[in-house]
Amino acid sequence: MPETNQGRIVGVNGNMITVKFDTFVTQNEVAYAILGDKRLKCEVIRVRGSNADLQVFESTNGLTVGDIVSFTGELLSVELGPGLLTMVYDGLQNPLDQLAKKSGFFLERGVYLPALDQNAKWDFTPSVKADDSISAGDYLGSVPEGIYTHYICAPFDLQGTWKIESISPAGSYTIKDKIASVKSEKGNVRELTMSQKWPVKIPIKCYREKLLPEKTLITQQRIIDTFFPVAVGGTFCTPGPFGAGKTVLQHAISQHAQTDVVIVCACGERAGEVVEILKEYPHLEDPRTGRSLMERSIIICNTSSMPVAAREASVYTAITLAEYYRQMGLNALLLADSTSRWAQALREMSGRLEEIPGEEGFPAYLESLIASFYERAGLVKLNNGKLGSVTVGGAVSPAGGNFEEPVTQATLKVVGCFLGLSKQRADSRRFPSIHPLESWSHYTSLVDKEDIAKARKMLRRGMEVNQMMNVVGEEGTSTDDYVIYLKSEFLDSVYLQQNTFDPVDGASDADRQIHVFKKTIFVLDSKFSFKAKEDARQFFMGLRQMFIDWNYLKFGSDKFKYQEDHINSRLKELANA
Amino acid sequence: MRKVYHKIIQVSGNVISVEAEGVSYNELAEVSTKRGVSLAQVIRLSENKVYLQVFAGSRGVSTNDEVRFLGKSMQISSSQNLLGRIFNGAGVPRDNRPAIKEDMIEIGGPSVNPSKRIIPKRMVKTNIPMIDLFNSLVVSQKIPIFSVAGEPYNELLARIAMQAEVDVIVLGGMGLKYDDYLVFRDTLEKHGALTRTVMFMHTASDPVVECLLVPDVALAVSEAYALEGKDVLVLLTDMTNYSDSLKEIAITMEQIPSNRGYPGDLYSQLAARYEKAVDFDGAGSITVLTVTTMPGDDVTHPVPDNTGYITEGQFYLKNGRIEPFGSLSRLKQQVNGDTRKDHRAIMDTMIRLYANYKETCEKQSMGFSMSQWDNKLLKYGVLFEQRMMDLSVNIPLEESLNIGWKTLAECFDKAETGIKTDMLNEFWPKSETTA
Ligand SMILES: Nc1ncnc2c1ncn2[C@@H]1O[C@H](COP(=O)(O)OP(=O)(O)OP(=O)(O)O)[C@@H](O)[C@H]1O
Ligand SMILES: [Mg+2]
Repeated sequence: MPETNQGRIVGVNGNMITVKFDTFVTQNEVAYAILGDKRLKCEVIRVRGSNADLQVFESTNGLTVGDIVSFTGELLSVELGPGLLTMVYDGLQNPLDQLAKKSGFFLERGVYLPALDQNAKWDFTPSVKADDSISAGDYLGSVPEGIYTHYICAPFDLQGTWKIESISPAGSYTIKDKIASVKSEKGNVRELTMSQKWPVKIPIKCYREKLLPEKTLITQQRIIDTFFPVAVGGTFCTPGPFGAGKTVLQHAISQHAQTDVVIVCACGERAGEVVEILKEYPHLEDPRTGRSLMERSIIICNTSSMPVAAREASVYTAITLAEYYRQMGLNALLLADSTSRWAQALREMSGRLEEIPGEEGFPAYLESLIASFYERAGLVKLNNGKLGSVTVGGAVSPAGGNFEEPVTQATLKVVGCFLGLSKQRADSRRFPSIHPLESWSHYTSLVDKEDIAKARKMLRRGMEVNQMMNVVGEEGTSTDDYVIYLKSEFLDSVYLQQNTFDPVDGASDADRQIHVFKKTIFVLDSKFSFKAKEDARQFFMGLRQMFIDWNYLKFGSDKFKYQEDHINSRLKELANA
Repeated sequence: MRKVYHKIIQVSGNVISVEAEGVSYNELAEVSTKRGVSLAQVIRLSENKVYLQVFAGSRGVSTNDEVRFLGKSMQISSSQNLLGRIFNGAGVPRDNRPAIKEDMIEIGGPSVNPSKRIIPKRMVKTNIPMIDLFNSLVVSQKIPIFSVAGEPYNELLARIAMQAEVDVIVLGGMGLKYDDYLVFRDTLEKHGALTRTVMFMHTASDPVVECLLVPDVALAVSEAYALEGKDVLVLLTDMTNYSDSLKEIAITMEQIPSNRGYPGDLYSQLAARYEKAVDFDGAGSITVLTVTTMPGDDVTHPVPDNTGYITEGQFYLKNGRIEPFGSLSRLKQQVNGDTRKDHRAIMDTMIRLYANYKETCEKQSMGFSMSQWDNKLLKYGVLFEQRMMDLSVNIPLEESLNIGWKTLAECFDKAETGIKTDMLNEFWPKSETTA
């Protein structure tokens, strides 16, 4: 009986309280600390003897030794059902717009609202009939949710096979209306609605098998898709010092990635950056559907001044929502900015628990927590044979910009793709500032492997020549070496760099990348003979300008073709010269 | 009246503990010692043991001194009467005038709901070309001046405050040299700005931990004013002193340090303050401009490093100039598209050419021969530093744009600037003879 299971506060230390409990508690169960007429949400994070340590998802201001804490017996959970898309939540799945309507300018503590609209009606079409057998995750029917068919799944916690006793006919229902009742082999009966709860720290695993991610996830960022691709169902990370471009890159990916559902988790970063998404996405068009970008997005934001414990929960909330859409056979992409803030939240709590710290004060279990988070990504074959995926990209904010720190290192061990952002490239305005020599990916590129190897070799040699030139000067460098340097700079400026904020250049689809990359490789392969370095410099400057102009023209348009002819004739001219 | 305790069972660093009942977390207390009465705040509760951080420091605290709990957390008046007044971090007047007790509000209130914020779009004019032209300051921005001790950062702060067209200035000093405090006061007075200013001053000679209250009281008052529709500019100097006080308390409380002794929650602590910067949807705004001194000019030091991850860019002040490299206003693109149409072109071109000038300087120092192009750059670099970077330059944006064109025309041919032709036709100075 939830309300009778109580305890009393015996200690308060920052956002951690220690509670002496009467009967029993469960690790990770939710409790409420009672402060006057307010109930502050907490989670049990350690039990010792008859004392439990709880992290409080709110400010602990005013709590007193002796205050009552009531345990709920439920693990920290999210509500899953139609209506999640387009929502903006805090880390505990409270809808921010509704909170603003209720509390005004500030996030008043102790105010919790239902995650999903309880009164909205959804057009339900059943896909099972009485006496059908079902098990966890099977579809009972569907409702249209914006641009997608939202399948209503049998509870993910059903054990064994159950029989449909009754199922509602097609019609319009709220998420609280009963739509089915099911019976287990033992004769237990459960009534089902269109929504269900799921504990965030436990992965949803109602699928047949996990598959190897093979298909390239098109992000429309040339340096990523061509050089350091992300796979559908894969994982990647973007570490970089402050100001290197992590957030701008994540926003670009969230807008242009060719995927079904995008979940943006702003975890311990600036509120202003979230506001940009909130105000702009509704007005941006998703070219795949012709609808607003918001219709495929869910925003979870627990920005840096919001309670730290809820920040820790926010990444789990986000990935659980992603897994939910995967169960429908969709491809979900989760972008978390920044996972370092999540790790810091863990560190703060670990410090309060007085655990023995590992490196830089992070808890010793940091690595395994990071690993199990990224492990929740993946391409899966569902029990019904459909494929679905969760792709995870995490920004990492290493202290001092030094990648040798625990969070970056732990992340690099588990991800399939490393996009290292470089301060130097950002300072010289070479965006996206992904380092072309230090980054890597285990996934398959859009283009031919050998061409990539060729291009990377050119970049490396170009860098070597440049270093040499800094010592011996331009005069002391041979024309051949100088041309290598110019070619690598050419590749960098026309292909690796991309104007994120330009509607055409900012999004380069697969066909365009393949086409333009071929032409770029052709230039790298060509043997030009120049009389003097100055001629070479002039030529590549001109060619660079032509390619950059080309990048700004719509793919396949007349102007695009015209510019291509122009480039071809310039290249031919030089071959003939 | 609340209960009074006479038995202090532990004194360690600036933290004391007493055995007491019914005390709540973050509650305030008064500790009366032979030296006087100091505020203290509850920072930990464990069974019946209460830990308090004593703002005036624990020096001279005796085990039988009196601790009286006040039954409330820290509050500050949000009245208009604060304008023109000077207080210490605890809100006690420093100007020998009466205390203000009306419209009391709690400090350290909750975060603004992100959905009640708007995208900032208004520029703050400073008449400093390195800011207005190259890294525009925007209403509601949070941005520090990164600098080493000894640089004129407080002068710069005062100057921006004088120039900015805001309704209220709230100045928070932490570990400020007494002279600097006087300079601030006199500057404000000279410009007739004192009447729209509130000052919370903690000077270098005050007890260290007392500075911990300064940002919170300053921001709480600012928030109250902003909710009334005012545009408030908050100046906080020096956030490194503030961080060092946090460090001191953390070490006393035996918290596990993360980096160079700083507590693991330094990021969250700083963010909770900086994130008070806001442009309210339907009320006023708070712009936060701070000073972060960098020990050893090292940006990777935990304080500037954590700050950089929180703020919306930084102004890097070095050798008395705002450096174009290392400085960044992350909000500039929100405003510099609507000023004058040549703004972005001049900004990009002049910075690019200045970067080229720097490279040329390097080549020159290595003894490589200078080409004709190099010589043009050398001329340009000197002019750029004189006309744009020198902090004594005090001109509106329009004028700095004009000077930008003039400088380009004195040094380069049109084509060498790489500026689009139609822009050149419109703005390239006609009378100048080009180089
Ligand atoms: N692709 C880009 N094109 C143009 N400018 C960019 C790009 N990426 C970043 N920038 C510039 O760099 C600034 C910082 O970028 P961003 O906010 O993404 O950094 P960050 O790595 O997320 O930093 P932090 O760790 O502090 O959050 C931007 O405000 C913008 O001025
Ligand atoms: Mg960022």
